[in-house]
Amino acid sequence: MFYREAGDFSTTYAEDSQTFPIRFDRWGYYATLAIAFGVIPFVINDYWANAVLLPFLIYAIAALGLNILTGYCGQVSLGTGGFMAVGAYAVYKLMTAFPEVNVFFHVILAGLITAGVGVLFGLPSLRIKGFYLAVATLAAQFFLVWLFNRVPWFYNYSASGQISVPERTLFGIEVTGPNAQAWATYLFSLVFVVASAWAARNLTRGSIGRKWMAIRDMDIAAEIIGVSPLRAKLSAFAVSSFFIGVAGALFFAVYLGAVEVGEVFGIQKSFLVLFMIIIGGLGSIFGSFAGAAFMVLLPVLLKNVLVGQFGWATDLAAYLEFLIVGALIVFFLIAEPHGLAQLWRVTKEKLRLWPFPH
Amino acid sequence: MKMKLAMLALAGAIAATGPAAASELVFPMLSYRTGPYAANGIPFADGYADYMTLINERDGGIGGVPIKTIECETGYNTEKGVECYEATKGEGSLVYQPLSTGITYQLIPKATADGIPIHSMGYGRTSAANGKVFKNIFNYPANYWNGASHAINQIMKENDGKIDDLKIALLYHNSAYGKEPIRTLEELSKKHGFELTLLPVDHPGQEQKSQWLQIRREKPDYVIMWGWGVMNQVAIQEAANIRFPMDKFIGVWWSGSENDVLPVGMAADGYKALNMHAVGADFPVYDDLKKYVVDAGKAAGAGDNLGTVLYNRGMYAAMLAVEAAKTAQEIAGEKELTPAMMRDGMEALDITEEKMAAAGLPNFGPAFKVTCENHGGPGLGAVQQWDAAKKEWTLISDFMESDMEVIQPLIDEDSAAYAAENNIEPRCE
Repeated sequence: MFYREAGDFSTTYAEDSQTFPIRFDRWGYYATLAIAFGVIPFVINDYWANAVLLPFLIYAIAALGLNILTGYCGQVSLGTGGFMAVGAYAVYKLMTAFPEVNVFFHVILAGLITAGVGVLFGLPSLRIKGFYLAVATLAAQFFLVWLFNRVPWFYNYSASGQISVPERTLFGIEVTGPNAQAWATYLFSLVFVVASAWAARNLTRGSIGRKWMAIRDMDIAAEIIGVSPLRAKLSAFAVSSFFIGVAGALFFAVYLGAVEVGEVFGIQKSFLVLFMIIIGGLGSIFGSFAGAAFMVLLPVLLKNVLVGQFGWATDLAAYLEFLIVGALIVFFLIAEPHGLAQLWRVTKEKLRLWPFPH
Repeated sequence: MKMKLAMLALAGAIAATGPAAASELVFPMLSYRTGPYAANGIPFADGYADYMTLINERDGGIGGVPIKTIECETGYNTEKGVECYEATKGEGSLVYQPLSTGITYQLIPKATADGIPIHSMGYGRTSAANGKVFKNIFNYPANYWNGASHAINQIMKENDGKIDDLKIALLYHNSAYGKEPIRTLEELSKKHGFELTLLPVDHPGQEQKSQWLQIRREKPDYVIMWGWGVMNQVAIQEAANIRFPMDKFIGVWWSGSENDVLPVGMAADGYKALNMHAVGADFPVYDDLKKYVVDAGKAAGAGDNLGTVLYNRGMYAAMLAVEAAKTAQEIAGEKELTPAMMRDGMEALDITEEKMAAAGLPNFGPAFKVTCENHGGPGLGAVQQWDAAKKEWTLISDFMESDMEVIQPLIDEDSAAYAAENNIEPRCE
């Protein structure tokens, strides 16, 4: 009824090619942004920020990054954890070496450094594909974690090998360190999330994104029509690693505050982010958010229901959580192999026809 | 988007449980009963919970105020640890005992900012023993660096003080936890002249073939282990496989529980580990535990860990927390406690023989006193040895001193670095 294109006329090319062509979607998007920026910062508390929203936002950036590489360009990567570690250690070294520079720029720089590392480890993708490339990126994962454990320079020679974030401010307000307020850390991450999603959306529907998709769909055909595999693949690695590096930097500096590379950025992190984009939907911006929400929020929700509401034993709840999340993943993938984003797309199609499906 | 918002709203409705009702003393338990470290996490959590239940059932709480424990599963994972901390800190939590060095590192700045004390008993950041810098962090009665020194002392004792021609290997969990003793062992190696080899084992520790191959090749005279969870069992099994002499294999106090040696059977006979308290179930408190907790069907978990090393340690941690709460009530002159009062109680804690006897744990651990400067206690430790035939641990040494001559400068140096990084003015002047 209300969800339809009818009566929604585009009079310019810009209007015709906008991200949300349906008015209802567009208003939904504006409303989400308004709530995220205008309402949540005033009601947020430490629990909501640190246990729910920060991990969701930061994983969403990582999922966006991996989705560009895997979902849009078709290059399977298992190195996400390692690249996040690069972002985290880069931001740590930058923050301690140049304390006078604003932390905002440190996060961006950490992303750029990760992009460089990503391009380096993306080089094998010019020769190998599919599972073989996954193994090459797996090597990156293990090498990077080993490196940050092995070379004391990266953790400033601290006795425990841990890195701890120093306190930094933005406009005089702490955004990192233990005294940072929940709303400040939330807004700081939100700015990066919105900027990343906006950049990812516009990159993927522009010429560079079309090149990535051409490579993904059939690399030989793409080469024949004039897409340079070298540039397309390496640019995908660079952009993807940039986002993942930013996510790693925020993960360390804003969310956790102290990090131990083997435990936080291990192989399980690579799998977690990969699961996010598979469940959310490969090659979809919305899918990255949906996948991150599914993997981050569902366990917290289940824990609160099972332990907080029903008062069950914590170990029983933890095992049930594994079972339920696992079963739901299988169920969703059987019901919709293209992920939550496709489910959403189908729902929208149905809504457009409702109440008169033909 | 809609679905996400609906989920958020639902989670909001569920997370919105009100703050704790008045007149309760809240002790959060950041435990882990799942994952690769569960074998060690379960007995500790059971001991902690059972002792708290006992105090409630027998004495009606501390000073008449009942105890409320809030258990939260961390799985030894720092992200879940943060979630647990945030979920419980608003409930009036008095003291955190995360039983994980990684989570402790995470919580040190956060808890300090929130004014909640942390008691990392024999783990966490060693230099937190310096109360001048770490106002809210306590790690009495002993810390990792004491432990490293105890292990070397034991080796010296076995070799009549001459260890300059020995090769000693440290097999450690490749994390903040396992790396803690390295600096002390390096200093001790300089002082005593033994040769130190470092062998890291990555999380979770199931894969140790290459490390033990190296041990077989280099033939160190002693192996010291800083392991936890599944890593302990695997290491002892691997040592048995290469027929490494078990009495030359010394674990820290986190690598010396029944769960670590039992899977290896008779081959684990003679394995040594450090401890900071007595072993066994031969204490009056166990009679009360049986009467008020176990027989009443209120035991935590499966109730099958009574008398094990880590159960005793969990109980010890709970006993120290309860005694600190009593001290806090005396100082504050009120029964209801805030985290700040609890902190003062911990800093003024004086564990005497009489107090331990009154708690039903005579001679369970050393008597000690916490001061403003020293949050680390006396640092006494003993050595225990496994008897595989009788399936029990026995203490084979008295509680011994550690080499504070080496350790104190290290503590001062590390805590000074922390103070400089975080602009902390030393207190206690």
